[in-house]
Amino acid sequence: MAFNIYDFTSLTHNIHEGLAQSFSPWLATTIEWVIVGVAYLLFVALFGLFLVYAERKVCAAFQQRLGPMRVGKWGLLQTIADFIKLLMKELIMPRKADWFLYNLAPFIVIIASFLAIAVLPFAKGLQSLDFDIGVFYLTSVSSVGVIGILLAGWSSNNKYSLIGAMRSGAQILSYELSVSLSLLTMVVFAGTMQFSAIVEGQRDAWFIFSGHIPAIIAFVIFLIAGTAETNRGPFDLAEAESELVAGFHTEYSGIKFAMFFLAEYINLFIISAVAATVFLGGWMPLHFGNLESFNHVMDFIPPVVWFFGKVLFVIFVIMWFKWTFPRLRVDQILTLEWKYLLPINLVNILLMALVVLTKFHF
Amino acid sequence: MTNEELQAYLTGRFPEAEIKLGAQYVEMTVKAEDLHDAAVQLKESEEIAFDYVFCLTGVDYAENMGIIYHLESINHRHVMVLKVRTADRLNPAIDTVSDVWITAKYHEREAYDLLGIHFNNHTDLRRLFLEDGWGFPLRKDYVDEIRIVER
Amino acid sequence: MSEIREVIINNDRLVTDEYLVNMGPQHPSTHGVLRLLVRLEGEKVLNVQPHSGYIHSGIEKMCEAITYPQIIHLTDRMDYLSAHMNNEAVALCVEKALQVEVPDRVKYIRTIMDELARLASHQLWWCVFGMDLGALTTFFYGLRDREHILDIFEETCGARMTVSYNTPGGLMFDIHPNFQKRVKDFIKYFRTKLPEYDKLLSGNVILRERTDGIGHLSLKDAIDFGVTGPSGRASGFSCDVRKHNPYSAYPLVKFNEILDHRCDTYARYEVRMREMHESLSIIEQLIDNIPAGDYAVKMKGVLKLPEGEFYQRVETARGELGVFIISDGKKNPYRVKFRSPGFSNLFALNQMTKGHKIADLVAIMSTLDLIIPDIDR
Repeated sequence: MAFNIYDFTSLTHNIHEGLAQSFSPWLATTIEWVIVGVAYLLFVALFGLFLVYAERKVCAAFQQRLGPMRVGKWGLLQTIADFIKLLMKELIMPRKADWFLYNLAPFIVIIASFLAIAVLPFAKGLQSLDFDIGVFYLTSVSSVGVIGILLAGWSSNNKYSLIGAMRSGAQILSYELSVSLSLLTMVVFAGTMQFSAIVEGQRDAWFIFSGHIPAIIAFVIFLIAGTAETNRGPFDLAEAESELVAGFHTEYSGIKFAMFFLAEYINLFIISAVAATVFLGGWMPLHFGNLESFNHVMDFIPPVVWFFGKVLFVIFVIMWFKWTFPRLRVDQILTLEWKYLLPINLVNILLMALVVLTKFHF
Repeated sequence: MTNEELQAYLTGRFPEAEIKLGAQYVEMTVKAEDLHDAAVQLKESEEIAFDYVFCLTGVDYAENMGIIYHLESINHRHVMVLKVRTADRLNPAIDTVSDVWITAKYHEREAYDLLGIHFNNHTDLRRLFLEDGWGFPLRKDYVDEIRIVER
Repeated sequence: MSEIREVIINNDRLVTDEYLVNMGPQHPSTHGVLRLLVRLEGEKVLNVQPHSGYIHSGIEKMCEAITYPQIIHLTDRMDYLSAHMNNEAVALCVEKALQVEVPDRVKYIRTIMDELARLASHQLWWCVFGMDLGALTTFFYGLRDREHILDIFEETCGARMTVSYNTPGGLMFDIHPNFQKRVKDFIKYFRTKLPEYDKLLSGNVILRERTDGIGHLSLKDAIDFGVTGPSGRASGFSCDVRKHNPYSAYPLVKFNEILDHRCDTYARYEVRMREMHESLSIIEQLIDNIPAGDYAVKMKGVLKLPEGEFYQRVETARGELGVFIISDGKKNPYRVKFRSPGFSNLFALNQMTKGHKIADLVAIMSTLDLIIPDIDR
C-alpha cells in the first residue's frame, strides 16, 4: 500500500542539518526554537482572527442575517479592526487589585493554550513535540488554564469576579474528568498515548468507525465536555452571567481582555483538534481498509487540508450548540457531569476494554 | 348575583353603610372606622366572597380624601365598589386592608406616595415611585414650579 | 479542630453570609428600568424587593390637565407593546360614559388590531425570553416575524408601535385598502412559523430543565396578588376579560381561554404560545367579514363627560387593564386611574422566587412579561 503522503520529517531534517552545518549546536537549537515559536505565534494569531470572524458569520447564518459585511470585502477585516480597537483601549486596573497576579493571569491562560497546541500533529512529521505520553501530557497541561481563571477572579478585588471565577473553575475542573476519561477510552483502543502513533493507527479506518459504539459514545461525551471546558455554548454561565453577576474577566480591558478572548478561541481550536485527531483520524485521509483505489483517491487531498477540514467541522458543530440551545444553570451543569457523564464514561471504558480484548472491532 | 340582589344583600348585611346602585356597579360607602371589619366580612362571607381587588384608587376631594376599592368575586363573578373617606386633608389616615387582600399592600403604598394618605397598621408603608422628600403630586394643591407648566 | 468537625457533623451554627445584590436599573435583560434588590445566601434567593419609579412620568396627573381625546396619546406610552388596547380602553370608557354606540365596522377593526397587537407583544416576549435564557437565536426569529405586523400598523395607523388609532367615537381614519390582504398574507405566513418556534424552544430539554417547577404561583396566590393575564391563567386563574366582560367584537368570535394548572414558568410559557394560536384564529374569523360603514361616530368638538365614575376593563397582552375616570362635568377629567397589569404582576415576583437560584430569577421575571412604563406610569 503505497501512500504518497508528503512526509514533513524530510523538510524538518533538512532545516536541522542546514543549521547544524552553519552554526554551533546550541545556536542551531536556539534558532530552531525561535522559528518554531514564531510559527506557532503567527498561527495562533491568524487562526484566532479567523475563528472570531467565522463565529460571527456562522452565528449570523443561524440567525438568518449576514453578519459583518462592511469592513473589507465580506467583512473580512472586521476582526482586525476589533483588535486594533482593543489595542488602543486604556488599561484600567482596580486600585486595590494585586498587581502581580492581576497581570499574570491572562498570560497563564495563554501559556496553557500554547503548551497544549505544541503536541498537536498537523501533518505527518509536522509536530513539534511528540511524547510517548502525548495524551497524558495534553490533559495535564490543559488544567493549567484553570489557575489563570482563578487568579483573574481573585486578584480583581471584586466580589462578583470572584464568584464568577469560582463557578468557572468548578465547571472546568469537573469537566476535565470527562475529557480525560473519554480520551482514555480511545487510548485503550489505540494502545498508545503517542499522538503520531494514534494517527498512524487510523490508517485503515478512523477510530470513530472502527471503535463503533464505545467510540461514538466517547466522541459525544468528549464534545459535551469539551464545550464545557472552554466555557462555551450552553455552559457559558460564567461569562453570560453579566445579567446579574459579572464574569471573571470584568476588570480586564484592552489587550489583557483580548488575551482572554483569544485564549477562549484557541481552546476551542485545541478541543476540536484533539477531537479530530483522536476520533476522526487527524491528518489521515479517509481510508476504508481494503478499498485500494478509494484510498488512493483520498490521498490526493493533502493531509493538512484533511486536518483543518476535520477541525473546522468540529468547530462548526460546537458553534451550532451555542447558537441553538439555552443556557444551563450552574447546578445543572455540575449535576450533568457528576451524575450522568462520569458514570457513563466509566462504563464506556469498561465496554471499550471488552471490545479490545475480544477483538470485536473493525 | 345581579346588581339588585347584591344591593339588597349588602343593605341587609351592612345596615350602617350607604349603598346605592351606580351607573355600572353597586357602590357601598363605609365610615373610616368600619372599613377593616367591612373588608373582612366582604371577603370571608360565602354568599359574596369578594376575594379579588382589581383596582384601588386614591382620590383627592376638596375637603378630604377618599379611597375607592373595586372588588370582584371569582366564584360568583359579581363586582362592587367600596368607598371610604378620610376625616380631613391635613392628616389623611385610613386603616389598611393589606392583611385582607395582599395586593392592597402595594396599591396602598402607591396611594401614600402620590397622595399622602397614611394607612394605619400597614407593615411596610414606604414611598414607591418617588424620593423621600418629594411632595404628594396627585393632590390638587400640589405646586411645582419647575416641572409643571401652568397655562 | 474538633470544633470544626463538630460543626460540620451537626450542620448547625454553620454561618453563611447573606449578601445583597443589586440588579440595577440598567441591565441587559432589557425589561426596562427596574431595580431589584436581591438578598442572597450563596446561590439561593431569600428575598427580592423591586424598587420602581425610574420611569414614573406622572401620566395620571397629566391626564387631569388635558382633554379626553388627548389622553389616548398618553396611554400609548404606558404599556407600549399593547398600545392599541390601552387606547381602546380609554376610548371605550369615554364612549360608555357618553352612551355612544359605535358602528360594527369600528368594533371589528378594533378587535382585529387588538389581536395583532397581542401577537406582536407575544412575539417580542418570546424572543426576549429565549435571549434571557441564552438561546440567542430566538431574538432574531421573533423580531423577523414581528416586522410584518409592525409594517401593517405603519401602513394603516401611521406608527409602528405607539399607534393612537382609536379615538372616542371610533377610529382616527379608515383602514388602508391593503389592510385585509396584508393581514391574510401574514396569517398564512405566521402559521408556518409557529411550529418553528416550538421546534426551537418548546421541546428543548435544557429549557424544560430550567423552567419546570420553577416559580410556582398557586391559584390562591394569583388571586390574592391580582396576577392576571397569561401569568395568572397559567395558575388556573380564569381572568380573561374578553370572556367575562366582553367588549368590541369579542362577543361575536369563538375562541378558547387558555388555562393551565401547572402554575410554573413553563406553564406561563405554554399559555402564551397557545394564545398566539388563538389570536390567529380570532383574526381569521373577523378579517373577511368587516362590515361596511362609518369608521367613527361624529362627536362634539369638546367632550364633556357627565358627572360620575366610569370603569372600563380591557385585556391587554399582559393582563387586565382598567381605566377608571372620575368626572365632574368639565372637559378635563377630575381623576384618571390606570389599573395596570404589570403593577400587580411585579409584586408577586418575591412570592415566586423565594428559595430558587439567581438564574431562576431571570427566567421567572422573563415569563412575567413586565413592561416597566406600565408599572410606573
